[in-house]
Amino acid sequence: MVIRVPRLPALDRKLLRDLWEMKGQALAIAAVIAAGVTMFVTYLSNFDSLERTLDSYYQRQRFADVFASAERAPARLAARIEAIPGVVTVATRVVAEVTLDVPGMPEPATGRLISMPPDGAAVLNTVSLRRGRWPEPSRPDEVVASEMFCEAHGFGPGSRLAAIINGRRRTLTIVGIGLSPEFVYSVRPGEIFPDNQRFGIFWMDRQALASAFDMEGGFNDVSLKLARGASADEAIVRLDRLLQPYGGRGAYPRALQVSAWTIDNELRQLRTFGFITPLIFLSVAAFILNIALARALALQRPQIAALKALGYTNRELGWHYVKWALAIAAAGALAGVLAGNWLGAQMAGMYNEFFRFPMLDYRLSVGVAAASLAGSLLVAAAGAQSAVRHAVAVPPAEAMRPESPARYRQSAGERWRVLRRLSQPARMVLRNLERQPLRALMSVVGIAFAGAILIVGFGFIDVMDVLIDEQFIRAMRQDVTVTFVRPLSADAMHAVNRLPGVIEAEPLRVVPARLRVGHRHRTLAITGLVADPQLSRVVERTGGALALPARGLVLSKMLGDVLGVASGGTVIVEVLEGARPVFDVPVAALVDDSVGLQAYMEIGALRTLMREGGTVSGAALMVDHTRLDALNAELKQLPEVAGVATRAATLGSFRETMAEQMNLIIFFNVFFSGVIAFGVVYNAARVSLSERSRELASLRVLGFTRAEVSLILLGELALLTILSLPVGAAIGWGLGRLMTDAFNSEVYRLPFTLTAQAVAWAFLTVIGAAAISALAVRRRLDRLDLVAVLKSRE
Amino acid sequence: MTEAPAPVFVARNLTKVYPMGEVQVQALRGVDFDVFPGEFVVLLGPSGSGKSTLLNILGGLDVPTSGHVVYRNQDLTAAGDAALTEYRRDHVGFVFQFYNLIPSLTARENVALVTEIAASPMTPEEALGLVGLTERLDHFPAQLSGGEQQRVAIARAIAKRPEVLLCDEPTGALDITTGVVVLEAIARVNRELDTATVVITHNAAIAGMAHRVVRLADGRVVSVERNQTCVSARELSW
Repeated sequence: MVIRVPRLPALDRKLLRDLWEMKGQALAIAAVIAAGVTMFVTYLSNFDSLERTLDSYYQRQRFADVFASAERAPARLAARIEAIPGVVTVATRVVAEVTLDVPGMPEPATGRLISMPPDGAAVLNTVSLRRGRWPEPSRPDEVVASEMFCEAHGFGPGSRLAAIINGRRRTLTIVGIGLSPEFVYSVRPGEIFPDNQRFGIFWMDRQALASAFDMEGGFNDVSLKLARGASADEAIVRLDRLLQPYGGRGAYPRALQVSAWTIDNELRQLRTFGFITPLIFLSVAAFILNIALARALALQRPQIAALKALGYTNRELGWHYVKWALAIAAAGALAGVLAGNWLGAQMAGMYNEFFRFPMLDYRLSVGVAAASLAGSLLVAAAGAQSAVRHAVAVPPAEAMRPESPARYRQSAGERWRVLRRLSQPARMVLRNLERQPLRALMSVVGIAFAGAILIVGFGFIDVMDVLIDEQFIRAMRQDVTVTFVRPLSADAMHAVNRLPGVIEAEPLRVVPARLRVGHRHRTLAITGLVADPQLSRVVERTGGALALPARGLVLSKMLGDVLGVASGGTVIVEVLEGARPVFDVPVAALVDDSVGLQAYMEIGALRTLMREGGTVSGAALMVDHTRLDALNAELKQLPEVAGVATRAATLGSFRETMAEQMNLIIFFNVFFSGVIAFGVVYNAARVSLSERSRELASLRVLGFTRAEVSLILLGELALLTILSLPVGAAIGWGLGRLMTDAFNSEVYRLPFTLTAQAVAWAFLTVIGAAAISALAVRRRLDRLDLVAVLKSRE
Repeated sequence: MTEAPAPVFVARNLTKVYPMGEVQVQALRGVDFDVFPGEFVVLLGPSGSGKSTLLNILGGLDVPTSGHVVYRNQDLTAAGDAALTEYRRDHVGFVFQFYNLIPSLTARENVALVTEIAASPMTPEEALGLVGLTERLDHFPAQLSGGEQQRVAIARAIAKRPEVLLCDEPTGALDITTGVVVLEAIARVNRELDTATVVITHNAAIAGMAHRVVRLADGRVVSVERNQTCVSARELSW
C-alpha cells in the first residue's frame, strides 16, 4: 500500500510508511496509551467540572462558611453572633426532623423541615426553585421539597404526604421542588449512604414551622458567612461560646458540613484515582514501546547505517525514530482525549444521580487534555529514548556489517540430566530465553503488568461485595434501626420490645460530642452499644466483630488518624447535650472499619460518664418479617420516633446509587485492563516473531513443518506467559493495595483482598490474550515468505 | 588523464583492528594510499584483504586504529563524529554492495533523502536520469531489479555532486549484464562530473576500467598499476 503524502521530507514519508508496516503493533501500543489517557481525561475532567460547578454553585447560592445547631436560642442572640469579628452574614433558622408517612411506602421515612423566609429570600444557603412556586405564608402546610426525594417517589407540585410534626399528624402539600447547596449530597443524619426514598428535605414557611415546634422568637440552627480571609476556627470558638447556654451542639466549618465533606472526599478520590490509574497504564505503555521500538530499530540497522553514510547526523536520526514513538503516542492520546471526553460526560451524568446540582457544567478541561497529550508524548519519548540512543550510537561502518552471531551456550537447564533429552525446538526455546535473560525478563514483566492490572480490575468487583458484606451483613445485623426525637428513659426500651414483630431489641445511646486531641477536633456522635452487641456490631475491615471494652472509646482507625491518637491515648470529649460535661476518655482500641468516622463506647460506660440511668436514643431491632408492615404502621404513628431505617431498604438504595457508580468505574478498569493485557501480549509475540523469522524460515527450508516451527515461537510465548502469571499476581496485589489506599477517604475505605476468583479471571484473560496473539502471529508465520526472508540481509 | 598535483586523499600508514565476535581482526596493516581528482581507482583484493575497511575509513564511516587520512586539507583521523558526518554529507557519495536503499521509500524519495540535506544538489529526477532510470521514479525498491536498485543507489550517491564517489563491491550481487550497466553508470559519472571514484571489488576483470589499480592482500598494498588505456564497461567480461 502506497501512502501518497505531498511535499513531506523523505524521512517523514519513511516514518509514515514504516508505521503503516507495523500497524498492528503500533495500534496495540496506541490502544494502551489511549486507555490511560481516556481514564485520565474522564476522571480529571470530571474532577475539574465538579469542582468548578461546586464553586460557582456555592457562591451563587451563598453557601455558608460555618454551621451550628442548638436546642433553642432566642432571636436576639443573632445580633451578638453578627458582632463576632469576621462574620458578614448571619442566618438563623428553625430545623426539625420528622417522621413521614409517604403514600404507597410501608415503612416510615425521615423528613428534615427547614424554615425559610417568604419567597425563598434566604440570606444564606439559598434554595433554587426547580419547579412550582414558593409556599404562601398564609398556607402553613405548603412546602418546597428536595428534588431527589420527589424523583424517588414521582412527586411533583400538588403531591401530598403526611408528617408527624411535634406529635401531631399533618398533611404537607408540595408546591415546589428545590435544590440547596447544603444537600448536594443528601444523607440522613448518622448515615453515610444516601437514601432518597427515605430521606427528604422540606422547606417551610418560618412562621408555620416555628409555631409547630414552639420556636417563635427563637431559632435552633444558625449559619454564618465570613469575610474573606477571616478565620473559621476563631468564629467557631466564639459562636460555640454564645450558643453554649442554649444547648449548642458545636459549630463546624463548611469543610465538615456533611454534604460538602462527602463531595470533598469524593473529589479527592477522583483526583488521586485519576492520576494513579493512568500513570500505571502509561508506564506500561512506555515499557512496551521501548521493547517494540528496540526491536524495530534492530531491524532497521542497515538503514540506519546507510542514512549515516549519506550524512545524516545522530540527532536527525534520533529525532526521526523518536518521532516514530511520538506519532504512536499522539494518535493514542488523541483517541484517548476523544473517548475520555465522551465517557467523562456519561460519568458526569452519573454523578448528578447522587450529587445534585441545578446543572452540572461538564466540560472537557483543556488543561487536562493538554496535560494528557503532553504526558503521553513525554512517556513515549522516555520509553523510546534508550532504544533510539542505542540504535543510533552504532558507528556507521559497524552497522554496515551484519551483527556478529549471538553467543549461545547450553542452557543451565540442559546441564541437568533430565533435561538433556530435550528436543531441538525445546532447546532453541530455552537457549534463546537464557541468552537474552534481560529481554525475557522484560517480556515477563510486561505481561505480568497486564495480569496485575487485570487483577486490580477484577479485584475491585469483589470490593463492592466485600463492602456490602461487611456493612450490611456482618456489622448491621438488625432489620430495623429506630431513632428517637430526644433521649428517652429506660421505659422506652420496654415499649420498643412490645412493638409488633420485635424479636430482639438492643438499646442505642447516641451522644453528640466534640472529640478533641490537642488542636485537632471533630464534632460527631459517640454511639453507645451493649458490650457484646449481636445486632448493631462493630466490625473490622478484615476480621471479626469486636466486643466493646468496659471503659474507653473505640474509634475508627481513620478517626484516630484524623485526631492523631492511637490506642492507649486520651481524647477530650466535650458532650454537646444536656449538662454538657467534658471528660478525658482513654482510647481503648482503634477499629479498621470501612465507613465514616465512628466513635463507640460500651453503653453502660457511656451512661456512667453521662451520669444517667437507662437512657436510650434509639434501638436496633430484629423483627419477624411477616409482621414488618404492622411494625412500620405502628412506628409511623409514634411521636417519639424521629427516624426508621430498615436494612433491606438501605441496602437496596446503596446498591442503586453507590454500587452502581462503583460498578461503572470497575467496568472501565476491567475493560481498559483487558486492552492493556492484549496490547502487551500481542506486542511480545510480534517482537519475538520479527526476531526469529529468519531462523524459523531456515528451519522451514530444512524441512520442519509449520506446526514444528510454530511450536518454537509459540512455545517461547507460552513459557513467558506462564512465568509472568505469578509475577503478575504479586504486582497486582501491590497495585491493588496502592490503589485502594489512594481510594480510601474519611467517607469510606475499601478493602483489597486478592480473591482466588479475581486471580483466576485475570490469569484466564492473560492466557486468552496470549492465545489470540499466538493465533495472529501463527497466521503471519504461515505466510512467511521463505525465500524473501533468507535473501534479505539482516 | 594526467596526474593532478594535489591529491584528494592522502592516507599514510593506516592500521585497523576490530573485534568480530570473540576474535580481534587485523584488517589493515600499514596502508599508504592516494586518490587524485577525477581519477577512477579500482581497489582489488580477495575477501578479508581490508578493502572495505580502507573504503570505510576514506568515507568517514570508520576511523583507523593508527595512521592518518587527509581529505584536501582536513585530517579525517582527527575529526570527531560531527565533523565526519558533515564531511560525508557534503563531499562523499557511497554505493554499497547491497544497495542499502530505504525499502519504504520510492526511487525518487531515496534520492530525495540526500538532495534534501545537501548544499547544491541536482534534482532527484536529474540524478535518476543520469543512471537511466527516468521511467522508474515512483517504484519502491522491492519493485526494482537488483541492477536498478544499484543504479538508484548510484543516483542517490551522486545527487549531491560529491567530490568523491566510493563504491563497495557495486556489482557483487549482480549478474554480468546488469553489472555492466551499473559500471557504465559509475564510469559516466566519473567522466561527466569529474568525480574522483574508488571502486572496490574482488573481480579482477573490472580493473580494466580504471585509471589505476591498487591490489590489497592481507591488509597491505601489494601492487599499484596504471592502465595506459581504459576499456569501457561494455568491453569487460567475467
